Amino acid sequence: MSLTSDKPDAETAALEVDNVRYAFGDRVAVDDIGFRIAPGTFTIMLGLNGAGKTTLFSLITRLFVARQGRVRIFGYDVARQSSQALSRLGVVFQQPTLDQDLTVRQSLRYHGRLHGLSRREIRERSERELARIGLADRLNDRVRALSGGQRRRIEIARALLHRPQLMLLDEPTVGLDVDSRTALLSYARKLCREDGVAMLWATHLIDEVDPDDPLLVLHRGRLEMDGRARELCRAQGTDEVAGAFQKLTGVEAG
Amino acid sequence: MSPVVYLRCLLGIVEREALRFVHQRTRFLAALVRPLVWLFIFAAGFRAILGVSIIPPYETYILYETYITPGLLGMILLFNGMQSSLSMVYDREMGSMKTLLVSPLPRWYLLSSKLLAGSLVSLLQVYTFLAIAYLWEIEPPPLGYLAAVPALLLSAVMLGALGLLLSSVIKQLENFAGVMNFVIFPMFFASSALYPLWRINESSALLYHIASWNPFTHAVELIRYALYLEINGQSLAVVTGCFGVFMGLAVLGYDPGRGVMARRGPGAS
Repeated sequence: MSLTSDKPDAETAALEVDNVRYAFGDRVAVDDIGFRIAPGTFTIMLGLNGAGKTTLFSLITRLFVARQGRVRIFGYDVARQSSQALSRLGVVFQQPTLDQDLTVRQSLRYHGRLHGLSRREIRERSERELARIGLADRLNDRVRALSGGQRRRIEIARALLHRPQLMLLDEPTVGLDVDSRTALLSYARKLCREDGVAMLWATHLIDEVDPDDPLLVLHRGRLEMDGRARELCRAQGTDEVAGAFQKLTGVEAG
Repeated sequence: MSPVVYLRCLLGIVEREALRFVHQRTRFLAALVRPLVWLFIFAAGFRAILGVSIIPPYETYILYETYITPGLLGMILLFNGMQSSLSMVYDREMGSMKTLLVSPLPRWYLLSSKLLAGSLVSLLQVYTFLAIAYLWEIEPPPLGYLAAVPALLLSAVMLGALGLLLSSVIKQLENFAGVMNFVIFPMFFASSALYPLWRINESSALLYHIASWNPFTHAVELIRYALYLEINGQSLAVVTGCFGVFMGLAVLGYDPGRGVMARRGPGAS
């Protein structure tokens, strides 16, 4: 157990990935990746399918542990101080993980319990988070009855219940129509702005990137770029992120 | 982290398992019909053929139905243990296993809680079965129902841990059929569930040895003795030991550094 104070100081990165490499057999999925995310920022990780985003997220969430390199969440090593690290982390996985047979309230309660929250904390926070996403009246509905966009928002609400300071979202807009996609993205940006939660938003959709976003470009397991989207464009001599991405990776993306 | 946090987490997992059970009533019914079919049809048919002499823990001659009842309780636990192994594989594919494993509590604790939750649901089924069996005049001593609780629970977590271990080894969902053929049926038939060990020894010494090493035999005997208010020390030791080994290996199987998750990658199951 660490004796460091419970509150991260200003200099501690929300997320620090240091020299991480991971291979499945001979296939290197994540190759010597290192970057830092400052507290309270909205960072986009751009990469095509198969670029290594999900593997990297699995390493950050400690679904498995890298043999090389280190991941720290607010200074806590995910492999060694996993309890402190994971309690500061909220995750929305790429695949939907809500149990369709449960009601929204039951799903939120299950998650809250897994994080050791009290009955009252769970009730109050569930109501508050659901009100924020305009689904307060759906607490007692079954997940099955909700639309894809609503389920995603509930997954975000769920991930916020234990008040994490860092949120990972792995392609949360996959399978959503354009309107829900835009709504979800702007909601996540708002959360980051208003609550100061650092967000790492993984996507393969270039139009989700704003020019001022901190941007990480992942390609074939390597980190090809770490900076502002605007800088990427300037460096590649193009006006648009799409063009810059294409020049950088040699691949045309959506 | 405080004990309260651990307790809340356990409660959450038990509650989810209970809700799942409520939503899958057909599964519950199927799990109940299976041993009932054995009791009503198989046992009735064999009653005339198989005579069971007085063997401990029984003090009188017993009917075949009475003999196989503990074996059928074991069957419920065995099927449920393996079925929860199926649900672990399913959970892993559906991603809700991920939700469980990103909880800040230690992984061994999360897996144990899941195991305990599944076992409690099994016990509910066992006692429903015993209630129906009572109407069929299978009447163990009243206190036996109480004495059997720890034996049933221990057997349930042992078989559940075996299922958990298998789930960390099985590659795909489809392989559950393989588990049926290669684990459930051999374990059930090569045990003392349907025939006493001395009977097996009369026909095949080899099968007798296999059955006496079979952990399922000891689960059944542990339950049989407890139901008649006796303790079978050897079976207690074997079941406890097997639980320790299976659980230890299962936790290794789910270890983030070397286990099943690490080998197979995020998307694959």
